[in-house]
Amino acid sequence: MSIRPDPAASPARGGLRQSADHRSSIERAQRRLGLAFVSLYSLFLLAFGIFPLLYAIYLAFTKRGAFAGLTNFAKIFRDYRFLPAVEHVGLYLVVWLAGLVVLVVVLALIIHAIGTRWLSTGLRFLYYIPGALAGASSVMLWLFVLDPTVSPVSFVLHALGLNNFVEAMQSNRLPVVLAVIAFWTGAGGWIVVMYGALNNISRELIEAARVDGAGPIRTAWSIQIPLLRKWIAYMVVLSFAGGTQLFVEPRVLSQASRGVVSQDYSLNQLAFLYAFKQSDFNGSAAISLVLLVVALILSVLFVFRGGLFERT
Amino acid sequence: MACLSAPDRPSRVALTPAEWLGRAFAIVLLVAFALFFVVPLIWLLIAPTKTDRELLLDAPLAFGSLTTLADNWRALMTFQSGLIWTWIVNSAVYCSAALLITLVTSIPAGYALALTEFRGRQTLLAVTLVVMLVPGTALVLPIFLELSAVHLIGNPLAAILPFSFFPFGVYLTYIYFSTALSKDLLDAARIDGAGELQVFARIAMPLATPVVALVAFFNFTGNWNNYFLPYVTLPGRKSPIQVGLAELLSNVPAFNPTNAASTTISLSSLALATLIAVAPVMIVFLFAQRFLVTGLTAGGVKE
Repeated sequence: MSIRPDPAASPARGGLRQSADHRSSIERAQRRLGLAFVSLYSLFLLAFGIFPLLYAIYLAFTKRGAFAGLTNFAKIFRDYRFLPAVEHVGLYLVVWLAGLVVLVVVLALIIHAIGTRWLSTGLRFLYYIPGALAGASSVMLWLFVLDPTVSPVSFVLHALGLNNFVEAMQSNRLPVVLAVIAFWTGAGGWIVVMYGALNNISRELIEAARVDGAGPIRTAWSIQIPLLRKWIAYMVVLSFAGGTQLFVEPRVLSQASRGVVSQDYSLNQLAFLYAFKQSDFNGSAAISLVLLVVALILSVLFVFRGGLFERT
Repeated sequence: MACLSAPDRPSRVALTPAEWLGRAFAIVLLVAFALFFVVPLIWLLIAPTKTDRELLLDAPLAFGSLTTLADNWRALMTFQSGLIWTWIVNSAVYCSAALLITLVTSIPAGYALALTEFRGRQTLLAVTLVVMLVPGTALVLPIFLELSAVHLIGNPLAAILPFSFFPFGVYLTYIYFSTALSKDLLDAARIDGAGELQVFARIAMPLATPVVALVAFFNFTGNWNNYFLPYVTLPGRKSPIQVGLAELLSNVPAFNPTNAASTTISLSSLALATLIAVAPVMIVFLFAQRFLVTGLTAGGVKE
């Protein structure tokens, strides 16, 4: 993209000299317009992307305005709530990501293989709609779904041995519960993304595999899934980064379960408590920074190594 | 799996037992997941037509009555003299203001990144990509600390401004313009004497409708559902509906028996509130249905 069009390639109007003048004046005008057009956005990028990051770094390494080295970090790492929170988020991530990758890929492959158009479109839409409830509303709905007394699937809950809401909220079940909620809201979107990526695989390739005697499973395993790899990586990176940020779900569940789900279940909740209960902005910034660094590393690796953004 | 369809294969070829099993497995899986995704939504549509008693005792997916729906509606509307409308209006104001600013900032930025040359273009593009992949929630507390340092907490701007920073929109516009428009086309217009602004206004903008719609869609739905940021920057009556919804929860005696407040919310009213809270996004989804399922949405599911 950075290669300028070769001036000789376009037909020159008028004298050569004149055209060169004209061209450089166009280039200058373009530079001006380019800068003007990105200026507003750049302001927002500075104010709500770069600056908060720098401010968090500043807060995390200071105490009452004086440089504090790593003391804030030492404090949060020693906090008895920190490791359990890491463990909760880690467990949730394992359950959720494993389920997400397997189910999204399998469902996308099956839906992609459906020949009847309205059926394939309809299913994709059905799977996608819960995405409209991202955020607090999905948790709110799942409060009902997980409460055996009102749930539309109470027979499933009873079959799993859950007879009341509090039992469903026990800490050993929570990673699964949170993963199910996240899957319910987010998986449909990813299925559609994978479906789009599957559409980009050339028909001849699939056809050739079939002629060679590959069945649907062999084709999926040896051709389609390897070609989806970039997109699967994209999904895992975004979901991992997003998952470490767990906040709304445990927060609302904690409110609804009368504290059965603790207020410091996830790392972000802990950061929140530091800022709002203990008025310790430095500690809060330290936790945020740890999370932010994880997200940044993943994101940088992916942008420059993931192969999805090659055109840049 | 491919056995489900095979549109170009001569049809009605007898299935081997393995193929038959595979097909049956695929169908069971599709139906099971369709139920998984849809049953909670159907329940949500039905629940507001029931009383709490009916919710507990009747079949979960049985319809209640319209009179009960009206009762639940009234109960919800009278809760703290129509607080729910305040929340809804807040959401509408924050999200539409942010939408406007997002379009004004990100469409030109994406255009400039795709089709003009200026110093720092590559850097800006790389930073945009990286920031776009960082989950929005990661910056919430730092943004809160920043906004509180400039005394904006509680001011509508504390939602509107962060909501208007939308690197994903810039990226979408950039991709769109760099694939849908060629530099040659723009050069031709320049040679005919069009100025840079005219090139943008007369050639690029008329072709940009799809990407404007796409950016608007993701920005609006994402902001409407955002909970964490407004939860910390706009407490109380200034809250948008998502935060309000969680607030309602603490007034439901079924979930908080210790709550002795005189105004309480029934379970079915809470279900109704949830339904009202998601209705705008649902409507947008229904209208956007055609493009949502094509896979153009790649990456749009970022939280």
